[in-house]
Amino acid sequence: MLLEVKGLKAGYGTAAVLHGLDFEVGEGDVATLLGANGAGKTTTLRAICGMVRAEGEIVFGGERVSKEATESIARRGVAHVPEGRGTFMELTVEENLRLGAHTRRDPKVRQDFERMCGWFPLLKERWRQQAGTLSGGEQQMLAIARALMMRPRLLLLDEPSFGLAPLIVRDIFGILRRVREESGVGILLVEQNATLALDLAERAYLLETGRIVLAGPAVEIRQDEAIRRSYLGY
Amino acid sequence: MDAFLLQLAAGVATGGIYASVALAIVMIYRATHHVNFAQGEMATLSTFVALTLIQAGLPYWVAFAATLAVSFVMGTLVERLIMRPVQHAPVLTQVGVYIGMLLIIGNLTGWVFGYTTKVFPSPFEGHGPALGGLISAHQLGSVGVTLAVLLLVYLFFTQTSLGLAMRGAAYNPASAKMVGIRVGRMLALGWGLAAMIGAVAGMMVAPIVFLDPNMMLGVLLYAFAGALLGGIDNPAGAVAGGFLVGVLENLAGPYLVGTELKLTVALAIIIGVLVLRPSGLFGRIVHARV
Repeated sequence: MLLEVKGLKAGYGTAAVLHGLDFEVGEGDVATLLGANGAGKTTTLRAICGMVRAEGEIVFGGERVSKEATESIARRGVAHVPEGRGTFMELTVEENLRLGAHTRRDPKVRQDFERMCGWFPLLKERWRQQAGTLSGGEQQMLAIARALMMRPRLLLLDEPSFGLAPLIVRDIFGILRRVREESGVGILLVEQNATLALDLAERAYLLETGRIVLAGPAVEIRQDEAIRRSYLGY
Repeated sequence: MDAFLLQLAAGVATGGIYASVALAIVMIYRATHHVNFAQGEMATLSTFVALTLIQAGLPYWVAFAATLAVSFVMGTLVERLIMRPVQHAPVLTQVGVYIGMLLIIGNLTGWVFGYTTKVFPSPFEGHGPALGGLISAHQLGSVGVTLAVLLLVYLFFTQTSLGLAMRGAAYNPASAKMVGIRVGRMLALGWGLAAMIGAVAGMMVAPIVFLDPNMMLGVLLYAFAGALLGGIDNPAGAVAGGFLVGVLENLAGPYLVGTELKLTVALAIIIGVLVLRPSGLFGRIVHARV
């Protein structure tokens, strides 16, 4: 298993948000966390990255990473595209990507710039432009590309569709499909758009007020009556 | 006309000193959003270290380099030991710590090295006046050193991956951590670099104003005016502001307010900028969404 999470509890101050989650992501697999606003999806990603106080066991690539600092977890190969994208607005597209490769010393970095331009042709056109001047969709692409420049083993995506036009969202999910096929990166996807997420993922977890209430292969979750009615809308 | 050019040249020379200190202030400001009031005191301490090394018989430029190394370590230690424990404390606590450092470092310097005014050597002496008597050799040399430092700092931040990582950590610490940048180390490094830049300014200004524990008090005020004038979050603006304040100060002395009231020029600039254009000439206005 690439990521194994057992009994994860987390919260802010005295307010508990997660009440003991168990889930896992296989090597090169896509798992998705579904759920309404406030269910604890973002907090789960933040807990994996050591950005909130958390209890429980987080094992990444066979090693326990609970309580480690965010920087150290990133250096182990966990790339996080956070809520709000976390773009370095004042820096150029190129500089954002260079920062993504900050921890790498291997000679393939240059080659990976080309790779990102292949996956995200829009970024190539904006290469020397300040990231803050990019459109929302372009910024989301830049954030994903920045994360991929780390050559991560696990990519955490927090609502890549947020605030974007449907056509752009379709583009981004198309690119994600290609990225996972060509790079073999494992993905943990948090998404409001359940249809898109279940199309991409192998496994799905449904989160309700800090608990996992349903887990299973994405194809099965798709067929679930309750899911269809409340999240897929048909 | 000659007198005017003389004052202008002198203004550029002192402006370079202000520009260096302003740059040090802005570097810390960008990373922490606070002004290090002790920046001048740290520079004075560095200058005393340099004087001690020179008096011990080291050649000037060897002492210069050693002082930079000592200053770098001093800057990182201040960050690690004094600023880090209060990094999440309220603003007033931090301001209190800065003022405490200003007093402690200043008095420590006086206690160790004495309060008597000392002559500090210039590496450019003995070359006589330059540019047809317009400017002393030391002034010309210090402008050169200042410009070289500014160029090196610029190249460091724009051309090296470490410089880029430091900028990333200053702009967006949360995202910097997510790409594996050790933000705490970048902060310590920034303090070290700022202390080095301050040390250069101290060593360049000391031959002009003479060395005593309060040497940088006035300089810090002018540098602060320069940083504000250029825009407190803009390094290039701070440098331009520093030069501008140097020239304004030197011209206002003989032509406007008299030498005794020169310091009020700095204060007037500070208040004027804060009232009329808080973001400075080149600063960016930060719009926060609520």
